[in-house]
Amino acid sequence: MKTWLPRTYLTLVYILLYVPIVVLVVFSFNDARTGYDWGGLSLRWYEALFNNTAMVRAMWNSLWLALSAATVSTLIGALTALALHRYRFRGKRVLNGMLFVVMMSPEIVLAISLLALFLLVGLQLGYVSLLLAHVTFCLPFVVITVMARLSGFDESLPEAARDLGASDFIMTRTVLIPAIMPALLAGWLLGFTLSLDDVVVSTFVSGPSYEILPLRIYSMVRVGLKPEVNALGTLLLVFSLVMLMLSQWILIRSKR
Amino acid sequence: MHSIRQQPFKTAVLALVWGWLLFLVLAPNLLVVGASVMTRDPATFLSLPLNLDAYRQLFDPLYLDVFLHSLYMAAMTTLICLLIGYPFAWALSKVARQRQLLLIFLLIVPFWTNSLVRTYALKLILATNGLLNKALLSVGLIEEPLQMLYTEGAVIIGLVYLLLPFMILPLYSVFDDLRQELLLASHDLGAGRLATFVHVIVPLTLPGVLAGVMLVLLPAMGLFFVPDILGGSRNLLVGNVIKNQFLDARNWPFGAAASILLTLAMALLMFAHKLSKRRLGEEGA
Repeated sequence: MKTWLPRTYLTLVYILLYVPIVVLVVFSFNDARTGYDWGGLSLRWYEALFNNTAMVRAMWNSLWLALSAATVSTLIGALTALALHRYRFRGKRVLNGMLFVVMMSPEIVLAISLLALFLLVGLQLGYVSLLLAHVTFCLPFVVITVMARLSGFDESLPEAARDLGASDFIMTRTVLIPAIMPALLAGWLLGFTLSLDDVVVSTFVSGPSYEILPLRIYSMVRVGLKPEVNALGTLLLVFSLVMLMLSQWILIRSKR
Repeated sequence: MHSIRQQPFKTAVLALVWGWLLFLVLAPNLLVVGASVMTRDPATFLSLPLNLDAYRQLFDPLYLDVFLHSLYMAAMTTLICLLIGYPFAWALSKVARQRQLLLIFLLIVPFWTNSLVRTYALKLILATNGLLNKALLSVGLIEEPLQMLYTEGAVIIGLVYLLLPFMILPLYSVFDDLRQELLLASHDLGAGRLATFVHVIVPLTLPGVLAGVMLVLLPAMGLFFVPDILGGSRNLLVGNVIKNQFLDARNWPFGAAASILLTLAMALLMFAHKLSKRRLGEEGA
């Protein structure tokens, strides 16, 4: 059987996917002023990046937002998944359906609907509106991740714990939570990434009091080339890779 | 089965999630529907009387052109993603298991990087004095740099680049489930490669195709930052129109009506997806 053809094809697509990223990383160390020519190695754009106080503030704002949005959505999402898994209640299908619709909706539809809500109730656009919006679009992803883990879970374990006299709280803490820990972690990381990467929803629900990174980048790259963005992109890439590897490491450790 | 003590927990959890969804999903969407039938007001955004002007405006030739152009670009994006992604997912499903996981990881890694930054990286490549033109000039394929940035093609390239994994992942999952026995059976019953492909592989992978189409086509109409960075002012998406109407022109009813148009498109695609899965279920039974 010929295997070189599919292999060549896979390699080719991967090359195409990675070329822009490699270009970005290489150009972040470029000394040239124009942005398209190569002028030798330099760290000047990293320096420019960290001297840009508005940029640094936006970075911290984004990180804090992503941390809090991921944490809140993991908490609510995990509880929701547990409820969907364990309880029977009226409107369960509607609840499932709503979560699915949130996940499939074009971001822009969610964005304008939230903007309309925030303006109607008079919420000032800033950290709180961003947090509410980000938790909303992260929630279904956390629920799905945790549900997937729970559906493969051996139901006899919690039953055994109860038979051995464990209270519901003890059982949840010692049996259920460790069992869904990898899913909680995966859901948290997914939420963190979704939040950090979001442009569409944030464009609508953020205000001047709380500027976040994607919007800062957006306003920079709309006009011409800004080599600092190469440096920032590279840092974000390294950051994501570290997070991803950290999560893999925790997952592998938890299996032992 | 459950003791009374658990009930407060159940009630609290359900109240929390219902409250969240009703307040931050259902209510906002109803507001958008409401906004679409109200009258534009420069001071308070919206005012009475109720009317369908916004929907009429959607068919204004000026906007209709933009929408059709957006639909065309989204359809091209989806088609290209499908043409690249279908054989890709197929090839991926044939790779040894251990390596498959690594390859999927490699597929996802770029998508952990900010999509805005990645769109910007494409600009470095496609610009008139960018890398691609320089490469083509240096090997002598072209004599003048090509205008690639700020074209329809650049927008489509950007959208394909951002959305390709959303096509590949559902396709990979159906190819992964595809049972080799079915292919062997088809072969034993005398079907050639083409007949097996048309009558066995295509129908069995159809739900994956539709899921991929759904995940690509709709965002391809909404990702307004792609034309902003790569497309110039003549290659707008529905998303750009909605954004301009809400944030710049302050014409909320029209922006809301355009967003409802997108929601209806989503509902239609979800229905088609469900139908294809149900049909497959009946045939398999």
